[in-house]
Amino acid sequence: MLLLNSIEVKDLTRRFGDFTAVDKISFSVKEGEIFGLLGPNGAGKTTTIKMLTTMLKPTSGKAEVCGYEATADPDSIRSSFGIVFQDPSLDNQLTGYENLDFHARLYGISKERKNPRIKEVLKLVGLENKKSLLVKNYSGGMCRRLEIARGLIHYPKVLFLDEPTLGLDAQARHTIWDYIKKLNQREGITIFLTTHYMEEADFLCQRVAIMDSGKILTLDSPENLKNAIHQDIISLEVSDGQKALETLREFNWIKEAKLHNGFLDLRVESGERKIPLLVALLQKENILITSVNLHRPTLEDVFLSFTGSTIREEEATPLDRARMVIRAQRKG
Amino acid sequence: MRLISLNVIYTLWLREMKRFLRAKSRIVGSIIQPLFFILILGTGFKSLGRFRGLPLGTDYLSFLVPGIMAMTILFSSMFAGISVLWDRQFGFLKEIMVAPVSRVSLVLGRIAGGMTTAIIQALLIFFISLFFGFRILHLLNLLPAFFIMLLIAVSFVGLGVALASRMEDIHGFQLVMNFIIMPIFFLSGALFPLEGLPGWLAKISYIDPLTYGVDALRGVLVGSFSFSLALDLTILLVFSLLMVAIATYLFNRCEV
Repeated sequence: MLLLNSIEVKDLTRRFGDFTAVDKISFSVKEGEIFGLLGPNGAGKTTTIKMLTTMLKPTSGKAEVCGYEATADPDSIRSSFGIVFQDPSLDNQLTGYENLDFHARLYGISKERKNPRIKEVLKLVGLENKKSLLVKNYSGGMCRRLEIARGLIHYPKVLFLDEPTLGLDAQARHTIWDYIKKLNQREGITIFLTTHYMEEADFLCQRVAIMDSGKILTLDSPENLKNAIHQDIISLEVSDGQKALETLREFNWIKEAKLHNGFLDLRVESGERKIPLLVALLQKENILITSVNLHRPTLEDVFLSFTGSTIREEEATPLDRARMVIRAQRKG
Repeated sequence: MRLISLNVIYTLWLREMKRFLRAKSRIVGSIIQPLFFILILGTGFKSLGRFRGLPLGTDYLSFLVPGIMAMTILFSSMFAGISVLWDRQFGFLKEIMVAPVSRVSLVLGRIAGGMTTAIIQALLIFFISLFFGFRILHLLNLLPAFFIMLLIAVSFVGLGVALASRMEDIHGFQLVMNFIIMPIFFLSGALFPLEGLPGWLAKISYIDPLTYGVDALRGVLVGSFSFSLALDLTILLVFSLLMVAIATYLFNRCEV
């Protein structure tokens, strides 16, 4: 095998009693990729991560990370990944440095390499100045960054991020996104993340799998996913709307055309390629174009088209709200 | 991966020491209760005069102090074991569970930490009680006493880990306190001699493992055995090994 996939999942299933949390899912994640599992709460994302990281045994199916199988070889698999959990997992009574030191020792990092490495990861997440502070005094965003730093100490090939920005404010979220991108580009780490934020999946991931009720509904790059639902809307402000409508009626690549308040809304595929065409066509008919606007579909539209409901309608369980409160209560 | 890794045990021990030394109120709190027992209960019962079954030549204080030392170790060790639940609550258990280390080492590391803090507390009680007139046979007897305390501590940290591995959250803690820790303490003969007890109560006391810990400790420190040192040590040794085995088995199976 020349090109090894970092993560290989085949028919993975986990049942809790009668409830099937993860239902025969299959996918693979390429080396060096940022891969996202997008879906509402209860979709089975965390259960999937737990099976990949040996915290939960699969009911059936196969989960491999870096060529090691989760059930057959838990210790090899454990050394090969780093993980940032959905809920806080730091020791509040220890300082930031001590939390990292604990991790480095547990993962058997040698004495000589330990301190330089801790310095390195602290710098990466911008916490050098806060390392001697007890973690109980950290803000939610700082905890997240410390957890990311911790997950990196033992040079993992794959980093799992379970809802990395849940409950963080916009600024902290963007900081975390920057770190994730930086890690992927500079250190070449494969990143597997779960999220229920559309923007997050869209901004970070090279490929996204949309998951709902334990199943993967579709998997592709955010770009392709959005293109596949043929939902670009081109809005044209024209001098003679009625005439424009007549002119364009004969083209079957226009899925739908609507005229309102002097604006002509056209539903088309790959809108960016249709704009020049439209401009040329209308100019030939001497119709004046005052403005052009292209509305691209979001992953939200993709999710809607696959599940029939928006992700926001499905989210915000009581547990989720409690998490937000807990994080909000942290200082700063 | 080694089954028993000293590095892992040391790492967990180090964490426990840092937490212990940082929580000054926890140290004070853990000393106050046993001191109340010695001061108030000790003085109160002493004033009743000699009671039935108390070994010759010993007053109630010298009878009580080894019992209270054993109690301190019991409480402290059980808390240390059950602290797995707190780690679960605060999410830190996940960090420990995904580490590429053997589960035996994780259990032994927790035992090492819990054992150290428990013995430190018991020794503090010992030194403080010297000021109240407590005397031991010989200073060298502290060595076997240390070994006995170690066995008691290992046993009950193990039991604590085993129980915590089976519990969902910290709400079960009160149950453990009332239905496990308290009976073990009251039945152990820490507060009163077992010799004078009615048969049914004595029988229950004999299946309490702490009974043998209290007896051994009292034996080596003040020289009065109900059983023999050999019997006490055998039972303690078997019980502690059993607890370590059960704790490891259950801890290995707990999902976080």
